[in-house]
Amino acid sequence: MKRRFPVDRFLIQRLGVSVITLTALLTIVPIIGVFSYIIAKGAPALSWEFLTAMPNSGMRAGGILPAIVGTFYLTLGTAVFSVPLGIAAAIYLAEYAKENWLTRLIRIAIINLAGIPSVVYGLFGLGLFVLFLKFGTSILSASLTLSIMTLPVIISAAEEALRAVPQSFRTVSISLGGTRWQTIRKIVLPQALPGIITGVILGLERAAGETAPILFTGAAFFLPHLPGSILDATMALPYHLFVISTQVPGMPIQIQYGTALVLIIFVLGMNLVATVIRSRARAKRQW
Amino acid sequence: MNKTLNRRETIISAIIKTCGYSAVLFVILIFFFLLREGLPALFEVKLGALLATRWYPIENHFGILPLITGSLIVTMGAMLVAIPFGIGTAVFLSEIAPRWMREILKPLVELLGGLPSVVLGFLGILVLSPFLRVFLDLPTGLTALAGALLLGGISIPTTVSIAEDALDSVPQGYREGALALGATRWQTIWRVTLPAACSGVLTALMLGIGRTIGETMAVMMVTGNAPVLAIKLASIFHPVRTMTATIAAEMGEVAKGSTHYHVLFLIGLVLFIISLGVNIIASSVIFKSKKRAERVLS
Repeated sequence: MKRRFPVDRFLIQRLGVSVITLTALLTIVPIIGVFSYIIAKGAPALSWEFLTAMPNSGMRAGGILPAIVGTFYLTLGTAVFSVPLGIAAAIYLAEYAKENWLTRLIRIAIINLAGIPSVVYGLFGLGLFVLFLKFGTSILSASLTLSIMTLPVIISAAEEALRAVPQSFRTVSISLGGTRWQTIRKIVLPQALPGIITGVILGLERAAGETAPILFTGAAFFLPHLPGSILDATMALPYHLFVISTQVPGMPIQIQYGTALVLIIFVLGMNLVATVIRSRARAKRQW
Repeated sequence: MNKTLNRRETIISAIIKTCGYSAVLFVILIFFFLLREGLPALFEVKLGALLATRWYPIENHFGILPLITGSLIVTMGAMLVAIPFGIGTAVFLSEIAPRWMREILKPLVELLGGLPSVVLGFLGILVLSPFLRVFLDLPTGLTALAGALLLGGISIPTTVSIAEDALDSVPQGYREGALALGATRWQTIWRVTLPAACSGVLTALMLGIGRTIGETMAVMMVTGNAPVLAIKLASIFHPVRTMTATIAAEMGEVAKGSTHYHVLFLIGLVLFIISLGVNIIASSVIFKSKKRAERVLS
């Protein structure tokens, strides 16, 4: 009978653990590298003028104000449409829906919305908002497109937050004569609010960084002025970064890294806010 | 008073219910508009011409095979990166790293998931592809390989996060039982924990890959945008063009209602159906688990 020595399997153990640790190292070091590289390369470009001036000489000089403002408008527009709709849908799923085939269908739809490629959202936005509803390439079309893309994130996060509120809170409110809606509005929603806000910010963060959905629904290559109405097209940070790194020859490298850094600060700043809200709410939680 | 209260209650319930169905409505709307704009392509271009190997819209060559093979080769390359590194990192975080290290590293990996893909594409142009060009001595660094490496990186946060959750939810008793029977820590990981978390880890891979197929900007920026058939192994070192990049690059310049326009929508329809398939398969696993929302989120 063949018998292995115990040494054998400890050798394998050491080998296996080393390989796993190595793969983890090879994953994590580049991630740290990416962030520190952009920060190191982009920081020298940041200045008050860079953030607040209009671009000039074919975007090769000056600032990126219209792109920053544009991304701000788009994020705001996305929030206006997706937040009420997403929270209402989450309330339905968490508080009203029975577990039947229809609810399952809704859940499958949400998971699918989350998985649809962003460029397909762009096509859809072009087909429905830009051409069919005749909103044109505008902040309105782009925001609506981004909201639908953001919806699954907000619904899932808000539903999770609502479900985390203990059942006894609802029972007490109902037993005191509160109606279902009163219970939701006065008891459940306030308790779930930090979780919902966190989810909303994470959803909007994704919208703020997306390029493909706005390519043909509202993004402008270059605008000499800030957008005046929601029916104007707009510049946006991610699209601007794409443009200056692929479409404009002779672009100063510093402006490119600066734009990338501003975009990252914008997006990860939202992420940070969400994390802070979440951890503070956890500390204060009443249950 | 009770009457007005009741009426308000009914109206609000109705509104909330309607919003609840909105997700279904949007999926149907998206499908409908892709069909409406994409199906005419099937009448304007013969099926044989669509399944040809030449994509050159200016001369009415609409063969989408190069784009499909481009997407496939980049996606498969990304899987070769994401499977070992994603699962390896997840196992490391969940089974090997001490708790404090996991508390730092997992959010860090997830932070990468929040990074806009256009930023990764930008670094791909400026750092990764020049490096590949010099390192592998290629005529250009903008190749399928660069796209695959970037996409692997993009899918890693999703894969790691979900796979780590799955490993973490394996009951501690399984590990203790294996160790008590004299298994080494490695045998416990390889023979007990990983198999027990198998369905969750597979879901992680599926969703990671789902993200890869649909990724647009990073791929468009680094794969060199050459619609050539990529069926040889060496194609990984050549420029390719994916379905998503084709839509993003060409839709802006196309005349609305032209054949080219319809074909681009048809490609979008194909992408939609692929993502539908991937997600329905992945979600059939998800439904068995409790951490549903986290999966959609991550």
